[in-house]
Amino acid sequence: MNTETNQEPVLELKNLRKSFGDNVVLNGFNLKLYKGESLVVMGKSGSGKSVMIKCLVGLMQADSGSIRIKGQDITVLGRQELDLLRTEIGFLFQGSALYDSMTVRENLYFPLRRHSDKIDGLENAEKLIREALANVGLEHAIDLMPAELSGGMQRRVALARALILKPKIMLYDEPTTGLDPITAKEIIQLMRDIQETYGTSSLIITHDVDCARVIANRMILLVDGINYAGGTFKELIQSNDPKVKAFFK
Amino acid sequence: METNSRILEKVKSFFTEVGEVAFFAIRFFKEVFTKPFETGEMLRQCYNMGNRSLLLVGVTGFILGLVFTLQSRPTLMEFGAQSWMPSMVSISIIREIGPVITALICAGRIGSGIGAELGSMRVTEQIDAMEVSGTNPFKYLVVTRIVATTLMLPLLVIFGDAIALIASSFVEHLKGAVSFQLYFNQVFNALKFSDIIPATIKSFFFGFAIGLIGCYKGYYCNKGTVGVGEASNAAVVYTSMLLFVIDFIAVFVSDIFFEI
Repeated sequence: MNTETNQEPVLELKNLRKSFGDNVVLNGFNLKLYKGESLVVMGKSGSGKSVMIKCLVGLMQADSGSIRIKGQDITVLGRQELDLLRTEIGFLFQGSALYDSMTVRENLYFPLRRHSDKIDGLENAEKLIREALANVGLEHAIDLMPAELSGGMQRRVALARALILKPKIMLYDEPTTGLDPITAKEIIQLMRDIQETYGTSSLIITHDVDCARVIANRMILLVDGINYAGGTFKELIQSNDPKVKAFFK
Repeated sequence: METNSRILEKVKSFFTEVGEVAFFAIRFFKEVFTKPFETGEMLRQCYNMGNRSLLLVGVTGFILGLVFTLQSRPTLMEFGAQSWMPSMVSISIIREIGPVITALICAGRIGSGIGAELGSMRVTEQIDAMEVSGTNPFKYLVVTRIVATTLMLPLLVIFGDAIALIASSFVEHLKGAVSFQLYFNQVFNALKFSDIIPATIKSFFFGFAIGLIGCYKGYYCNKGTVGVGEASNAAVVYTSMLLFVIDFIAVFVSDIFFEI
């Protein structure tokens, strides 16, 4: 997919800066995500990928720079407007982040509670929950507690929860970390299916080369807080730059 | 020199934390009166904290009443004042021992539970997930819990006091052959509103302190699983200290208004 087109990006970061004391994590990071594309951001552990994605959804405050989602600058939005915008975004957390005091059904119901207008009333909730679980192949787990699920199943349920409001943008924070290779492949395949079924735009934060190879339309390498390199997987893997090569060894 | 700077650093960090807790409390008061009200979650918390603490508070109250009466009896008998037993036990328990002991037990059971639960939710990104899903986690997790502890503690105190008095009446019945009716007649004759009202008001503040410190420690827990343990432990330690400070202030204020 050719993504550097004239179309407006659905998500745009400009000159994003974030420091923790003297530790500069993001030092003018830029990113544009276009409609329907899968953009992978790769970086070493501790390079600031998770900080970047948390700034993007307002979980952390950036020191400076602009964050625009669907044309709206999230740094100036009030709580209510931000919550409304967040319904357009699905977020898959690194550790799944399922509410462990709730069943799978309650976990999926949780995002629907405050946004019944988006689903034509809460009476449709059960149907939507079952549909979301069927999409990830876990309809039978509806009444189980998160502790009763395997790591891969938890990731699938988390994916179903992220998708339940049918978001236009999906953010994945290390979607395959902590999973065995087979389950990781299943999750990657699921992500591709979701992309095709819902036509979402996806931003994937990872250091898993296999994941990037399969899913990326375009990639950005985050090194020293900046976009060190960008391009397709093929372009980057053929690069002679030692810092870029280090990612693909 | 190094010791001085370390002490100064500790004093500074103590006052910083006191300031942060104050801001946390201000945020609670701002959010508690704004929509949406998480009524369902609040009722669930009330049930969890109230109903599930009944046994512990009941058993403690029973033993307290029993021991207090057994220990005081010989001394009162020495002065020929055993007929004062119901009055003394009821005033001591209702004014002071009942609220303080119940609050300390709840600080251990409820406060540490809140600290550990919110702490583990923080480190496993569940609070972040809530925020991203368009729910205000402060309102859903913190406001509901503080409201629940504030409302439930006075009820638990009343329950604990009642059980302690019943236990005391058993001892008096068995040891002094005082009928239950006579015992409770003396109890209610001795008690005044100025004994009950300050103790009840104090219990609301105790409940608020338990919820506030537990939630504060858990909500800002950020050192992984070690941090969860620290949050749980600190919630109990700081709440217990705060309870005594509140108790001192409450007695001081009661003295002004009710001349106790």
